[in-house]
Amino acid sequence: MDLITNPTVLEVARAAEVVLGRSVHVTAASDISRDLAVDSLALMNIVMELEDRFDISIPIDRLSEVQTVGDLSSLIDNIRNKA
Amino acid sequence: MALLDRHAASRDAYQAIRQASADPFSVRFDSVISPTEGVINGQRTILLGTNNYLGLTFDPDCIEDSVRAVREGGTGTTGSRIANGSYDGHVTLETALKAYYNRRHAMVFTTGYQANLGVLSSLVGRDDHLLLDADSHASIYDGARMGHAEVTRFRHNDPEDLYKRLRRLKDAPGEKLIVVEGIYSMVGDVAPLKEIVAVKREMGAYLLVDEAHSMGVLGANGRGLAEEAGVEADVDVIVGTFSKSLGSVGGFVVSDMEGFDVMRVVCRPYMFTASLPPAVVASTVTALRKVQETPALRHKLHANAKHLYDGLTNLGLATGPNCSPIVAVTMPDQAVAIGMWNTLLQNGVYLNLALPPATPDNRPLLRSSVSAAHTPEQIERVLEVMEKVSREFGLLKDEPKRALA
Ligand SMILES: Cc1ncc(COP(=O)(O)O)c(C=O)c1O
Repeated sequence: MDLITNPTVLEVARAAEVVLGRSVHVTAASDISRDLAVDSLALMNIVMELEDRFDISIPIDRLSEVQTVGDLSSLIDNIRNKA
Repeated sequence: MALLDRHAASRDAYQAIRQASADPFSVRFDSVISPTEGVINGQRTILLGTNNYLGLTFDPDCIEDSVRAVREGGTGTTGSRIANGSYDGHVTLETALKAYYNRRHAMVFTTGYQANLGVLSSLVGRDDHLLLDADSHASIYDGARMGHAEVTRFRHNDPEDLYKRLRRLKDAPGEKLIVVEGIYSMVGDVAPLKEIVAVKREMGAYLLVDEAHSMGVLGANGRGLAEEAGVEADVDVIVGTFSKSLGSVGGFVVSDMEGFDVMRVVCRPYMFTASLPPAVVASTVTALRKVQETPALRHKLHANAKHLYDGLTNLGLATGPNCSPIVAVTMPDQAVAIGMWNTLLQNGVYLNLALPPATPDNRPLLRSSVSAAHTPEQIERVLEVMEKVSREFGLLKDEPKRALA
């Protein structure tokens, strides 16, 4: 398994674990719905958890661009860099 | 890939449910004979999942006025109000809604679903922000998706969480619209509206309340949670439906907002669909009058709700946090939920099977909705059947409390 060094990807994994109540192994390339078996509601709940971890607002209308964990973590990085 | 292959997961899930039982998503009534009774597979069945809170679907005056209207005005309007014009009934209904809610503007939609689509997609736009309770109804989510505002969810019924999320948007440009429901449709819990109003005031946002399940149910005059909580002046927009306590079909929006009428020419789910037919409008006008003239209906409803809620809670079943006309029992898993639902139906009790993701916390629910038209005997019968069936499924540990007749 790839070693994850990107801290945002790690936070996404932790947030997913909190919401899903199970351990989650991800890389940036993991497909959120296929590899993590996360449906759209669970994804919105993960986003809510991430908003709190980073103290930012992640509009859910932006999730249409998100397919992989890497997509979600770049979205977060973009929002944080703008702030 | 065939077009419908994208729905393979839903198809498989549905297939599994159908194999386990009668299909909970295509129940067929041989006939519906009153607000609280139907016939399914030749068996008389108590209806406990209809949202028919005041039992007005068979009200003789509503029926008479509806019949007169169809004779006088025909079966349909065959077009939208923008293209084909309004009938007298549409205007009468909007006037009645304005008077009832004491608001300057009222707009009638063809369904409650479309009312939410229309308002959420047109009232806010690019650079604005929608703040939705996480457990919002699908029509609220769909309206949010249809528009161009940025969408943020806050934790269900949690004003502090709402505050925190609004604080993060403090320096963002644009207006903020908070969206909550009066009574939440799955477990019947009520929004902490006073506290939400306090957050709204402090953060300078607008507030919309969807009173779909609370109209005719809460408040001294039945105007809903905003009336009950004494905060009507702080609610900028109220959305509602005629398909529950008023026993017909259709949706509406009322507001005091300056210039609200522009919605009639910008709101696509209002403009591009046929308006309500005369018969529906007529029974709705009469039902709205009944709601105002007959507070006894509301008292009866709450007495019935308490009867069922207390009865199920005392049996030891996992009911929701507060007593309301929506009484839900959380099931341990999907197999038990489906099994219970089927066995209840075989025993002459029809209620709603609600499965994730349409339920909070990803738990399957058996959802009932009580009506003012239920008799105490019907509720007692439901409690007997519930006890028997819950025991069969191992949900009750202690000794029988009721003997099934
Ligand atoms: C909270 C809420 N809003 C809106 C609607 C939509 O109402 P209608 O069935 O009239 O389209 C419903 C019910 O389906 C609801 O529960």
